[in-house]
Amino acid sequence: MSVLLPEDPTPIAKVPSTENKTGGWRTFRPVIHYEKCIRCYICWKFCPDAAIYFASPEAHAAPKEALSKFDTVEINYDFCKGCGICANECPAKAIELVLEESAEGDEE
Amino acid sequence: MKAILTGNEAAAWGARLSRPKVIAAYPITPQTSIIEAIAAFIANGEMDARYIRVESEHSAMAACIAAQNTGVRTYTATSAHGLALMHEVLMWASGARLPIVMSVVNRAMAPPWSVWTDQLDTMAERDSGWLQVYTQNNQEVLDSIIMSYKIAEKHSILLPTMVIEDAFILSHTSEGVDIPEQKKVDDFLGEYEPAFKLDPDEPAGFGSLIMPEGPYMEFRYKMALAMEDARSEIRKVVEEYNQVFGREYAPFVEEYKTEDADAVMVVIGTIGSTAKDVVDKMREKGKKVGVARVRYFRPFPTEELRKIAKGAKVLGVVDRSYSFGPGADLFAETKSVLYGYADIPVKNYVMGLGGRDITPKIIEKVFDDMLRVAKDGVVDKEVEWVGLQGDERWS
Repeated sequence: MSVLLPEDPTPIAKVPSTENKTGGWRTFRPVIHYEKCIRCYICWKFCPDAAIYFASPEAHAAPKEALSKFDTVEINYDFCKGCGICANECPAKAIELVLEESAEGDEE
Repeated sequence: MKAILTGNEAAAWGARLSRPKVIAAYPITPQTSIIEAIAAFIANGEMDARYIRVESEHSAMAACIAAQNTGVRTYTATSAHGLALMHEVLMWASGARLPIVMSVVNRAMAPPWSVWTDQLDTMAERDSGWLQVYTQNNQEVLDSIIMSYKIAEKHSILLPTMVIEDAFILSHTSEGVDIPEQKKVDDFLGEYEPAFKLDPDEPAGFGSLIMPEGPYMEFRYKMALAMEDARSEIRKVVEEYNQVFGREYAPFVEEYKTEDADAVMVVIGTIGSTAKDVVDKMREKGKKVGVARVRYFRPFPTEELRKIAKGAKVLGVVDRSYSFGPGADLFAETKSVLYGYADIPVKNYVMGLGGRDITPKIIEKVFDDMLRVAKDGVVDKEVEWVGLQGDERWS
């Protein structure tokens, strides 16, 4: 009888966490309504998973002329767990939480 | 170099000579003077290490874990409630197989509030997967830290170690201590070679999630094997240290006049030195008594205690802490390993809690009680609390 033991002394995961797509845990999907977004980036600051990132300025049309010089943000749905902190913090109420099943079919 | 050092200064010197690169610690009486001394060493440029001030003992151990994961030696120190606050991360350090060395100055758990010596703090961490070595004098405090790095860092062991000293009796009492030469310690310890470490070029996660069908049990089994393997490594390292530095440490149990003793007192920590004096006095009166001072509680000195019990007529196990189970820890485990090996009475003496003085007179009375048990052949009372106020038998 020989016991099969792992070689490493403690579990060592060589696959980086970026490969572990935690977006599948989401129940509610935050959707940014860019026409309401005032580009304050509070959602970006508060996201505990760093799943909100800066997109290129061309990605979305700025709602107002004065704001067009700023970048806008996007949500990385591969990693967003749907905690809703962004929607709760948004002062312009520009982020809506949509039940994942009803959001299905929407383009990401 | 000879110097007059307190136990805590000796601990700081033991750490300094071992060249840890990161020290993360939070002050607590009676440990504080260890980390004060280390802070001074670093501030004076005598020690090349990063000192991380943290907001709690939990953070101190977490910082040591993170630092050790980058591939450097670390050191910290604590006592009592500080150790209890570390409890969760102690388990992480051992499971992550990081050979961290930590000094623990034994102190009573509150309430009632007490800063004096009592071994409940470390006994309560007996299942944390850490090696535990208990010391008897300031020289042993210093030497045990150096030896512990060498034992813990061996790739077949990789378990963290607590080097334990009694509050005030050692921590704040000065004794002559031989401080070994740095060069000799460097040659003895060698460079730290981590078995694995964080590398930005090869990202990896340590200690990650394992499902029930995965090898969780196998990883714990490997820890159990490492704790067993530590026995031969401890023996080897202690022998080598004795030779290089001119010491006479017994690896697991220091025996004093046990060969022909009828009554052997099993003790831990500084009680050992008092008990040895008492043995000398009682031997003059023709009483056949001896002392077995347990150094390593983890791994437990199973074979050593079985051997001692074979030649004795009674064992009296002294605990400076109490466990609310079948007697205190040293007693319960000693009795457990003797089952089926030695059919002699074993009695538990609980004493000295909260730093209450354990005098030669009390120890002599305990020896007399043990000799009476040996004569009667039966244990009248398994767990005896010695020296309770109003109990005149021991005073």
